[in-house]
This record gives sequence, structure tokens and C-alpha cells, in this order.
Amino acid sequence: MSSISLPLAKRVDRPPRRRLRSLLKKILVPIVLVVLWEVAANAGMVDVRFIPAPTKVLAAWYQWIFGTQKTLGDPYVGTWALHALQSGYRVLLGFFFAGAVGILLGVLIGYFRLFGELVDPLLQMLRPIPITAWVPFAVIFFGIQTPSAVFLIALGAFFPIVVNTTAGVNRVPRSLIRAAQMLGTPNLKLLPRVILPAALPSIFTGLRVGVGMAWVLVVVSEMLAVKGGLGYVLWDSYYYMRMDIIIAAMLSIGLLGFVSDWLILQISNHVVRWNEGR
Amino acid sequence: MSNAVSQPGAIVAEHVTKVYEDIEHGEEVVALRDFNLTVQPQEFVAILGPSGCGKSTFLNIVAGFEPVTGGVVKVDGHAVTGPGADRGVVFQDFALFPWLTVQQNIEFGLRNQGMPSDQRASMAEGLIRLVHLEGCARRYPRELSGGMKQRVAIARVLATNSPILLMDEPFGALDALTRFAMQKQLLEIWEKHQKMVLFITHSIDEALYLADRVVILSARPGRILKVLEISDPRPRDLTSPSFNTMRAAALRLLEEEVNVASQAGAYVASTATA
Repeated sequence: MSSISLPLAKRVDRPPRRRLRSLLKKILVPIVLVVLWEVAANAGMVDVRFIPAPTKVLAAWYQWIFGTQKTLGDPYVGTWALHALQSGYRVLLGFFFAGAVGILLGVLIGYFRLFGELVDPLLQMLRPIPITAWVPFAVIFFGIQTPSAVFLIALGAFFPIVVNTTAGVNRVPRSLIRAAQMLGTPNLKLLPRVILPAALPSIFTGLRVGVGMAWVLVVVSEMLAVKGGLGYVLWDSYYYMRMDIIIAAMLSIGLLGFVSDWLILQISNHVVRWNEGR
Repeated sequence: MSNAVSQPGAIVAEHVTKVYEDIEHGEEVVALRDFNLTVQPQEFVAILGPSGCGKSTFLNIVAGFEPVTGGVVKVDGHAVTGPGADRGVVFQDFALFPWLTVQQNIEFGLRNQGMPSDQRASMAEGLIRLVHLEGCARRYPRELSGGMKQRVAIARVLATNSPILLMDEPFGALDALTRFAMQKQLLEIWEKHQKMVLFITHSIDEALYLADRVVILSARPGRILKVLEISDPRPRDLTSPSFNTMRAAALRLLEEEVNVASQAGAYVASTATA
């Protein structure tokens, strides 16, 4: 049983000047690349039909978000919020199901040995199947609409959550359980008072990996199994060769994925602020 | 040894045998064989022996964490069947609940007893003062040093007011100075609270400094080689001639055991000083 560990953001109070310098270091290479890209596009060194200039992308993105006048050539004007909301809603719903079922099953598998021996092998057999291979099933059972996308997202986010939860429960130090027992904790209360809190850091690791999977799969499912959402726009604009919209959609998805990961990290940093590994 | 008449509340181990299955090597390991020991209430007994001699196994059996293979361990006349709040355990690795603050750790056992929170808090406050951790009530274990963590662990078992303290190399992970300070504090607490202490250690000096009786065990399987009765008044002087005589006697016994064990290819125990 493996678990994936992510670097956790450390709260280090640095003096403002150093912080500024560290920020500059982080964004220096991206800025240089974007500038080079702009120069190359304007100088005709790249084919702007395939790689539009950054300013062009920004303008298209702006129109996509704030534009009011739809034209025949640009059906996306002003539709960004609608598509972003659709994608966000699907991610949220799928992630919620994945979290609820994944944590519950993970705890049961890790805590009740027989249950684990019966159920875990099945999960390990299903896990290597790429989620995209489930698309035909999803479409047949749920149609080309939101439930289909939610199913795929939930399935994809479920596996990292269940695996990390199981690992967290299995890794609870024996001495903590013994300590609770010698302090008079009845066996039934070991789960809420010791096992669950001790497994929380692993559970949050699973949730972070899971939310990343959720954003991957919302794009996949919107490309294949639903009409609407950022992934749908990305694929649809490809038919019109609107590379500017494609890039704007990619950036939008990346940004929303980053924000959801950051949100979970903030919650995690608060809930497991006691964690020694931090 | 076990011939002594046991008083109410005593720990009585009769013919205790413990055999582990070593699954990797497919062989049986005898940790304890026909082990007999009686510890009276309010007595401070140290069990001293080379690493792997089964001394921690005995403590785990008394605590109810592990079953015996043969024989019986009785506490206050009843055979031990599992862990219970009448036997407080202090672990070498502290085993504090990292998600709880110092105060919440100390209150853990009291919550199990259903004590209301204001009573719990006032008890915890008194115990925090007893172990000199004023101002640390809201800290998490990760913010404490090793010595502070072990003081929380001691306060945690004192809270449940168990008459028996089982201590499994409790100061083994601490540096020498902290260790000495902790030993003195433990004696103060023991004298004040009138508990029975069963103290596992591989340090000769620690055993001689603390205990009324020092039970010296052989290498595996653990047998009792000798029981030293120490009547010197506390606080004991680690540099006095009588202390040195006892230390030399204990060292001779243990050295033979370590030689036997190392010839058998076993891990050589360190007889680190306190």
C-alpha cells in the first residue's frame, strides 16, 4: 500500500525584502518565457495560427470572461463564468462523493482486518484501470450529461483518498492505541478518539491528490461525455482552431485546480496543525 | 522472590512463560521461562537486564498488552486479561497523542471516567504544576522537548490515579542531565503519591539510584539472576562506597550475561550509565 506525499507549504516568517526576492525568483523564468513568446509571435518567428501571442490570448480570455457581444465567429464571448461554474460544480460534487466513500471505506479497510482482506484486493484490481476507460460505461449509464462527469470524477478522486486513508489507519502507532487502552478507553471509542485523529494527516494527503485527479477528470469527461464546462470549451474551440481560447481554457483550469488545492491545504494546515512532520 | 506473602494490590507473576513465533525465521523465541516475581503495593522495583532479555515483555504482560503463553500474572488477586486504568504505563517513546494539547493529553483518562470538564481542567492544572510544566498547557507535544514530553506522560497516568505505574525504559531516550533530573522528580512523585512502580531499565546506575529492589535478569530467555535489596536512604549518593560495591556486583553479573549473549551472536546490550 503506497501513499503519495506532497510537499506541504511551510509557514516561515521571512523579512519582507527576502520574501520579495524569493517571489521574483519564482516568477522570473515564466516572465522571460512569456516575453520571448510575445516577441517571437510579433516578429513572425512562429505561426500565430497555432501559437497566438500572449497579448492575443489575454485579450481573448478577457472577452471570454467580460465580453458582451456574441458574434458568429466568437460564440464564447461572456460565457466563461457559466462554464467555470459548471466545471466547478462537477468537481465539487464528484470530490464530495469520493471523499465521503473513500474515507469511510479506507477506515473500514484499515481498521477491520477481515473487511480489508475481503475488499482491498478488489480495489487494487480496479485501481490500475485508467479512469478514461470507464467513459463508455459512464455514458451508457448516465448519458451525455453531468451525472456521467460526476461519476468519472468521483471514481478518479476516490482511489487516492481510499488508499491514503487506509495507509493512515494502518500506520497508527501501536503505542498510541496501547496508551489509550491503559487510560481506560473502551475498544469502541478507539476509532473516534485515536485512530481517526492519528490518520488525519494521511487523509488530507489523499484529499489533495484526489482534488488534483478531480480537475484532470472534469476536463476529460467534458471533452468526451458532456456538453458544457471549461473542458468542453477547450475541445470545442479546437474545432474552430481558436488556439487563443484553448490556451485561456488551459490556464483557467490550472488556476482553478491550484485554488482548490490551496484551499484544502489551508484547511489541512489548520486541522492538523499539531502534525510533527510539518 | 515470589515466596513473599502478597498484600492486597500486589502484582504476582507465577511461572510466566512467553514464547514468540518468529515468522521470518520460522522459529520460536522464548522471551521468558518460568518467571516468578511479586511486587508489593507502594514498592519501587527496577528490572535490570541486557537488551532483548524479556524485561519489556514482562511489563507488557503486566500491562495487559500481550497474553502469557503459560503461567499467570495477577494484579490484586485477579488474573490480567487486558489493559486497564488501574495500571498506568509510561512508554519509552512517550506515546503522547500528538493532536491533543498538554492539558488534553493529561485529561484523556479523566474523559474516559466521565469527569465533567471543569473538574478535569482543575485536576490537569494541579498535575501540570506537579510536573513543572506551568505555561505549557496549550502546547502540542511537537513543541516540547523529550523531558517535557515524558513529564506530560507521567502526569497523564497520575491523573487516572492508578495505584500501579509501569515504566518501560521511560528515560532511555533522554540526555544524561535531563535523565537525572527526571529520576529525582520521579522519586518525589513516588514518595508523595505512594504508588507501586515497576521500572524497566538497562542502566545499572538508574536501577540502583531509584529502586527498593533491583531484579537482575539473564539474557534471553529471561530468568532472575539476583535480587538486590537496597535499603540506602534516598536521595542516594551515586559516588558513595556502598553504591560502588553494589554497582560492581551488578556489573559483574550483567557482563557474564552480555558475554554469553554476544557469543550466541545476539545484540550486545549497552550498560549505559544514568
